[in-house]
This record gives sequence, C-alpha cells and structure tokens, in this order.
Amino acid sequence: MTTTPVLEAVDETLETQGKPPLNVIYEWLTTVDHKKIGLMYICYALLFLVIGGFEAVLMRIQLAIPNNHFVSPQVFNQLFTMHGTTMVFFMGMPILFGMGNYLVPLMIGARDMAFPRLNAFSFWVSAFAGFLLYFSYIGGSGLYAAGSAPDVGWFAYAPLTSKVFSPGHSTDYWTLAVFLSGIGSIGTALNIVTTILCMRCKGMKMSRMPLLPWLYLVMSGLVFVAVSPLTAAQIMLTFDRYLGAHFFDTQAGGSAILWMHFFWIFGHPEVYVLVLPAFAFANEIIPVFSRKAMFGYPAMVAASVAIGFISLSVWAHHMFTAGLGPAGNTFFVFATMVISVPTGIKIFNWLATIWGGKIIFAVPMMFMVGFLFQFLIAGLTGIMLAAAPFNWQLSASYFVVAHFHYVLVGAIVFSLFGAFYYWYPKVTGKMMDETLGKWHFWLFLIGFHLTFDFMHIPGILGMPRRIYTYEDGRGWNTLNLIVGIGAIFQSVGTLILVYNMIRSYYKGKEAGHDPWDAWTLEWSVPSPPPSYNFAIEPTVNSRRPLWDLKHPEDPDTDYE
Amino acid sequence: MTTITTASRIPIDGPVETPWKLPYRGNVGMACLIIAESAIFIIFVVAYIYYIGKSLSGPTPAQVLELPIFGTICLLSSSIFVHLAVSSLRKENYRATTLHLAITVLLGTIFLATTAKEWYHLIHDEGLTIKTNLFGTTYYSLVGLHATHVVVGLIMLSLTLAFSLAGRVKEEHSEKLEVLSLYWHFVDAVWVVVFLVVYVLGR
Amino acid sequence: MSLSTRRSPADISRTNSRSARIWRSAVMSLIAGTASAQSPTNIFDPAGTPAHTAFGLSILVLSVTLVIFLIVAGLLLYALIRFRHRPTDSNREPAQIYGSNQIELSWTVIPILIVVTLFLTTTRVILVTEAIPKPPSAMDVTAIGHQFWWEYNYPKLGVVTANELHVPISDPSSPTPTYLTMSSADVSHSFWVPRLAGKMDLIPNRVNTMWIDPQATGLYLGQCAQYCGTQHAKMLLRVYAQTPQDFATWIEQQKKPAVQDFPGNAAAAEGQTVFMKNACINCHAIKGTVATGRFGPDLTHLASRDTIASGPIQNTPENLRKWVNDPNTLKPGSLMPAMHLNDHDLDVITAYLTQLH
Repeated sequence: MTTTPVLEAVDETLETQGKPPLNVIYEWLTTVDHKKIGLMYICYALLFLVIGGFEAVLMRIQLAIPNNHFVSPQVFNQLFTMHGTTMVFFMGMPILFGMGNYLVPLMIGARDMAFPRLNAFSFWVSAFAGFLLYFSYIGGSGLYAAGSAPDVGWFAYAPLTSKVFSPGHSTDYWTLAVFLSGIGSIGTALNIVTTILCMRCKGMKMSRMPLLPWLYLVMSGLVFVAVSPLTAAQIMLTFDRYLGAHFFDTQAGGSAILWMHFFWIFGHPEVYVLVLPAFAFANEIIPVFSRKAMFGYPAMVAASVAIGFISLSVWAHHMFTAGLGPAGNTFFVFATMVISVPTGIKIFNWLATIWGGKIIFAVPMMFMVGFLFQFLIAGLTGIMLAAAPFNWQLSASYFVVAHFHYVLVGAIVFSLFGAFYYWYPKVTGKMMDETLGKWHFWLFLIGFHLTFDFMHIPGILGMPRRIYTYEDGRGWNTLNLIVGIGAIFQSVGTLILVYNMIRSYYKGKEAGHDPWDAWTLEWSVPSPPPSYNFAIEPTVNSRRPLWDLKHPEDPDTDYE
Repeated sequence: MTTITTASRIPIDGPVETPWKLPYRGNVGMACLIIAESAIFIIFVVAYIYYIGKSLSGPTPAQVLELPIFGTICLLSSSIFVHLAVSSLRKENYRATTLHLAITVLLGTIFLATTAKEWYHLIHDEGLTIKTNLFGTTYYSLVGLHATHVVVGLIMLSLTLAFSLAGRVKEEHSEKLEVLSLYWHFVDAVWVVVFLVVYVLGR
Repeated sequence: MSLSTRRSPADISRTNSRSARIWRSAVMSLIAGTASAQSPTNIFDPAGTPAHTAFGLSILVLSVTLVIFLIVAGLLLYALIRFRHRPTDSNREPAQIYGSNQIELSWTVIPILIVVTLFLTTTRVILVTEAIPKPPSAMDVTAIGHQFWWEYNYPKLGVVTANELHVPISDPSSPTPTYLTMSSADVSHSFWVPRLAGKMDLIPNRVNTMWIDPQATGLYLGQCAQYCGTQHAKMLLRVYAQTPQDFATWIEQQKKPAVQDFPGNAAAAEGQTVFMKNACINCHAIKGTVATGRFGPDLTHLASRDTIASGPIQNTPENLRKWVNDPNTLKPGSLMPAMHLNDHDLDVITAYLTQLH
C-alpha cells in the first residue's frame, strides 16, 4: 500500500501546548479559525445531545407503565417541548454546522471560511440561544415566581402560544431562543455557501468538488429559504406576545392555520437541512470503505439539488388533518411522494458503490450500514405517511414519532456517529478505540431498534403523541415498556462514545495524516491540521486528488 | 512504498484548464443575505395579503392610507445615486462619489421622514396602532420591517459617507461599496413590493 | 334514487371491505399481530367506512413498501456479504466504476411508476372520503373542542351534551352517517376515534367537517390527537353507536329539561340550591335552571353519562365528590377551579348531580 503524500509544512502558528489555561480559554473564546469554531459547535451540540437525551429518558420512564406518576403533566409537557427544540435547534443544527465548518474548507483546499468573524459571531449567537432556552428553567416566569420551561410543543401551534393560553414568559424564551438560533444558522449557511463558491482551490471546478461540500451547499441554500420563514414567524409571535399584535390571535380574526403553514414551510425543509449532511458523510465514508469511487456522482448531485427544491413544496403533508380540502391534500400527496424518487436514486447509488467493492467493516462503515438500512425503512414509512388517508390515521400518533426518529436517529445520528469515528483521527491525530467503537455500535443499534421499531405499533393502536400518561387496556403497555428499555441501551452506547472520545484523545494510537487510505484533500494535511490548513494552496485535477497521487498509473482524471 | 512524501508531489500551482477565477465573496455573501431576507419579507407579505379584509373592526386601509408617492420617488431615485457613487468610485472620481453618497443618504432620510409622518398621522389622528386590528398588525409589521432595513442601510451609507468625506474611500474599495449598493437596491426593490401590496392591492 | 350514479359511503364500504378482508389476515400477522386483538383503538380493525377505506389503502401501501424493502434490503445485504473484504484478498483496489446512465435511468423510472400508481390510488381514496355528497339522511352534530373536554351539539334535535357522543349505527342499505361540524373554543384539538375514521383537527376560527358511520353498536374509544395543553392526555373520546331505536330513546331523554323536583331526596334538593348559589352556574349549563354557563360541560343529564372529566374517570358519587372538591387531584391542569365547599355542601351537591338523569 502506498502512503499518501502529505502537504507537509513548517507549522509556525501559535500552539496551545504549555500555555497558561487562561490564555487557552482566551484563545478559544476569540478564535475565528474554522476548525476551532467547528469543534466548539460540536462540543456544544454534544452537551445538548446529552441534555436532550436525558429528557427523553425521563419521558420514557414516565411512559413505561400506564397511569404513572413519575413526573407531573406540566413537567412532561416541558420535557417533550425542550427535547424537541433542543434536539433540532441546539443539537442537530449545530453539530452538522460544526462538521461542515471543520470539513468544508479542508475538503475544498481553502485556508478558512469566507467570513471568519461572521463564523464566530454565528456560533456565539447560536450558543447564546441554547443557553437562553435553558435559562427558562431558572427565569421562566420572571421575577414573579419560580421558573418554568416552555411547554407548547416544539412546533408551538397557535393559539396555544398566545398570552391568553400561555401566560408568563416561558414561551418567550422559546420564541427568542429559536429566533436567535435562526440568525446564527442563516449566518453560518451564508458563510458555507460563500466559502464553497468563492474559496475553492485551483482546479476544483464545481464538477470536481467532493460530494460533502456539494450537499452542504444544498443544505445551506435550504437554510436561507426554510429558516428565514421561521425567523419571520417568530418575529410575528413576539409582536403578538409583546406588542399586542394579532397575527395568530384567533379571537381577533387571526389564523391558527397560518402559523401551521409558516412553521412547516420551515419544518419540512428542516428535515432535509438535517439529513443532507448525513448523506454527505455517507457519500464520503461509504466509497472509502468500499474502496470504490462514488457511483453516479452527477446523479447524486442532481438528486440532492432536486431534493432541495422538492422539499420546499411538501410542507402541508404535516397538515393533512387540518382540513386542507381534497385539492390541497392531493397536491401535497403528490409532491411528497415525488421526493421519494431522488431519495431512491441516492440509496441505489450507494448500493451500486458498495457493489463490487472490497468492503472493510471498520466502525465508521458499520454505522453507515446501519444508516443505509434505517434510512431505507424511514423512507418507506414516509411513503405510508404520504398517503393522506393513511396519514389521517397515523398523523400525530406514535407512528409519526417513530418515523421521524428513524430519520433523525436511525439515519442522521448513525451517519453522524460514523463521521465521528471517521474524522476523529484527523481532528485529534489519534485513532478512536475500535473495540469500544464496536460496543458503542452494537449497543446503540440494539437500543435503537428496541425503541423505535416498537414505537410504530402503539401509533397503529391509536396512541397519540405528547400524552403524559395513558389508560390501561389499550394494548400499549408492553410496547411502551420495550421502548423504554431500548432507551437504556442507547444511553449506555452514547456514554461509551463520549468515554471513547475522551480516552482516545489521551491514549489513542497515533493516526498519521491518512489512516483510512482516503482520497479527499483533508487527508493530505497533517493531523490535526495546522491553523492555516494548507501551507501551499493545492491544485486538483479530479474529484479524488489523493487517488490520483496514489495511483499515478490509473488516475481519475482519465475518466471524468 | 515511501513513508512521507513531501508537498512537492501534490501539484502546486499546477496547470488548470482555464484561468482560475472565482466570484467575489462579498457579492456572493450579499446575494445569500438577500435570498434569506427575501424569504422573511415573503412571509410578511403573505401574512399581509392573507389578512386583507379580515379585520374584525376598523379602520380599514381605504379609510386611512394615502399613496406615499413622494417618499417612493425619493427612495427609488436613491438607488440610481448609489449606483452612480459606485461607478464614480471605480473611475477614481472621489468627489463625485462623496456627492452621490450624500444624495443617497439624503433621499433615504427623506423617505424615512415620510414614513414617520405617515405613522404619526395614523397613530395620532386615526388611532390605528399595531393592537387595533389585523390591518394595523400587518401594516406596521411589514412597513416597519422595511423601514428597519432602510435604517440599517442608512447607517452603513452614512458611515461610508463619513469615510468618504475624510478621504479614506479609494478605488480599491469599489467592490465593497458595490456590495453595499446591492443591499440598498434590495431595500428599494422590497419597497416596490410593499408599495404594491399595501397601497395598491390592499386598498 | 337521486344519488344512483354516485356511490354512497355505504357502497364504498362494501366494496372495500371485501378486498380488505382478503388482506386483513396477512397484515394482521405482519404488523401488530400480537396486540391487535386487545386494543380498542386499533386502526387496522376498522368499524366505519372512512376507517375502512383508509385501511384498504394502508394495505396497498404496506404491501408495496414491503416488497420494496425486501428487494432493496436483500440486495444491500447480499452486497455487504458478497463484497466484504476478505483477508485472502489481494491488496489491489477493486475496479473503479463511476456510473452507468442506463442503470441509473432504470432506478429513476421504476420509482416514478410506483409513485404515480400510489398517487392515483391515494387520490381516489381522498375523493371518496372528502368529496362525496352528504346523504339527506345524514345526522348533523357540531363538535366544539375545549381545553380538555368536548362539547357536542345536535342542532336539529335541540340537544347539547358533552364528552360522550351518541350516534345511530349506519346500515349500509340506508346509510345514516353522522356529519361532524368541528371548531374549537380555545386552542387546536383533533378528533380521533381510530376504528371509525382518521383524525380531523378542531381549529379555532375555522370550521372543519368529517363524517363517521359506525356499522355495529358499541362503544368506540379515541382521544384528542393534537397537543392542546396540560391535560391533552386526558381529553378522551367516547362514541356510543346505538341502534336507531336506542338512539331515539336517548335523544328523547336528552331533550328534556333537567330534573328539578326531588321528592323524598332532601339532600339533592338542597344540593340544587347550593349549586345555583355558587359560581358553578358561571361555567355550567343545566337546562331549565338559571345555570347557563358555557365554559364548562353541560350538566343537564350528567348522571346519564358513564364517565366524567372527559373520559378518564368513572361517573360514581365518590369520584364526583372528589372532582367537585378539587378537580386537580384527579386531572391536574384542568381548568375547573377547586370550589372550596365544606363537606356538607359537597355531599348535597354530589347528591344533586347524581340525580341529573
């Protein structure tokens, strides 16, 4: 096997080793380095992953048996509101932006993002938003009483959020936190798009860009048109709550439906904002561990762009039960079903990439295998939900909860975990422990399937979501208990991951710059990369510059 | 084979097919911002249109709104002057740049003043506030959101004007001034939409 | 018959239940096989036309997706096993394949065909549920969602009740479906009785409609399916499907004003006085008395109901007394305040309420 040539460089930048802790903290607080910001994004998101996961465990304890009194209804309602808001806005978005921040400049041969200071600003705004949301536990009702967290659900349907039905300030924390997180997201998305369009190294035409930056480009484009409406809706809600406006005030002629539209115009593309980066990781990891080039690169790009566009016209499938009428329902059934075509193309292209390869089942690839199967199932239950009459039964039931957790956990989190194991050596210079990684994988896989496979059935048996307890005799008891047991496995698995990350940082094997024998530019620089990434700007001639270097007898340039 | 080959093996400054030129990041960033801002405005415009005629009580737009022709002319013509400022900066004609910037700021300020006068009339004489009815809610939000953007634009233009008066704006800044002018054109374009929706369609 | 060219709800249910029956056993073993029998809210155990048509569509969609899953997952599994790296493999990289237009075209076109098929079928089911004409024999009920209870109004029959919806069964030969006109007094709710129909939201400042036509007598359960606040979980639905005769009897009973004379029951008579003197009447209506409040459930025939508090609590004198004393002990977050009555007043009010047959 050949060793990758490395873009070796004399590292003259300031290193943190041996500096007083205060200086290190100062350096991180004031940094505009995309890698440090990326890492802060990831650490911050992992903190919220643990918090949000803890909330989920509390909910599963409450639901493990019927008529349970583990938490009060008020606390339960706060738990699912905070869990949803946290996982979408303060875990999902930041962790994916963090990965993008770290990887995009490295993969396109750039030294930093296009706007480094905007990058830092966006991160700190998002971080502030997360802490603001959790401050509601302390300061929810202001000076008048002990605090309370928001309890309006993560999509906060009007008019439940109006001053009449939601007095106090808990909902204000929610709306301001989501608003600020939106500002941060738009800032980072703007940065990613500009970086990708304006900072590519020589020779990296759009058609030669690795798929990860491509998907981040589509994802960021979606952020502009999806997160902005939510931001606008939050401004309206704030006006309603603070200035006495009537946007969503049904008593004054305002419309509850309008909020649903505004929220889901954000809400559905948001799913794709979250899942496109998961596709991005898969697009990088699956080829490397199958030892084959990505099958059908142009189709993958086209499918991603198509998903981006179609996802803007499917939002009202979240509103099939709101009485849109036959015409509206039919349109959104069609748009929703159509999106399965580009999604299908992706799955088949991954399958074709694996086909004929030499698949190495290292931990990153194991997570990708989980991703592929679970994303397939999530897509198929999505088709079930797209059939409006079936949806009338399934919507707002535990079937939906199971479906979107299949997407968010089964696909996105699995892909993300795979990405952790894959890029950790680049970030730290150390390999993560394979044995612990396998423990993590199997425990998480078992826990995932116990929880989310069995969660579909209570939905079919008539169990609505967001109920803090349920009657005996509905046939839901055993299933909910199994779901709860699965949560334990997942928690243990995640703790192993955290332990593995910390342990490997100190005791891991030296990784070298290219431990996976991979093909994209980030593996040509030392691990961890110096703060300027590339001592000398590289030039690329194909989609896999390192493949060309390792196989000068058969470079990609001959085929593209 | 070998242990570590040095950078010499990755092509540095290698041959590429065409001259390697990428778009200016300021323009791309501003384009992104404009897309995001447009989405925000679209939501407010949709809300405005959706609630036309749905107020449960008066006053109605037809009763209280008058066409802000003068303000509109000022704002739209300011777009021309900011454009002239950019082109004269490109030609290194710094006095003309300063002059055109000053006119832009002046016209923008006049526009803001007409909006302020209109709001004063509505609040003071007609008793229409954001609380009054759905018309008040959507009107003040949409026009106010636009006015906020005008204020932000004016602050940036005034800063540029101050630097220009101090003789610090040079030809190499023309790309940056162009980015700012893009924002100002966007604010003007939004006003056209707001004007059509609020004063033509909504009345 | 004026509707002869169009299919009535009953016709549709007949044709669909036939095909549904064929598939039912297969699906039952496939999904929810173990639990299906025990659950009174199983969507795969339909008892009304809308639920039947949705069920028929579900079977189709489930079958299609199952076939897709088996094919794709099978291929994936095969590829993962067949093309795994073996220790005996040479170190050469496998052949690099960059794509194939024909293959990619095929896996674009085939899904499009599947999507079109599913879309057309779905559209048909949407139309037969949402766009069929309302038969003249249909009964109208207005359902209003309130924070944590349901108000039912039979406008043509002059009956107002709460939480327990009574409807006549619908005989396919002469269908008498019940049309629900739905709105909300406060926040959004959703009406979901899985065995009768899919859900429909009750949204303030908006009117939605749906119809149900239970074909066998019995009690059909469900619950609010749109998060509506603290006690969303205990906003249960009970639909009593009765024979036309039983239903007529029930209506006759409900039309009557409330009992006001309690011969030989001094406690109940005193309870009535206490009730009318307290804030109870601000929120509750009892037909024929000064109590005309609309914020809480109508209590005219409270004693004729099986449950209180919108379903979760049996209507027994002990529970009623506990409820009046402090609703929050039974349903924390309920909007009814504790009335701070003394023990005696509680006793007599309970005695009164239990007499409201």
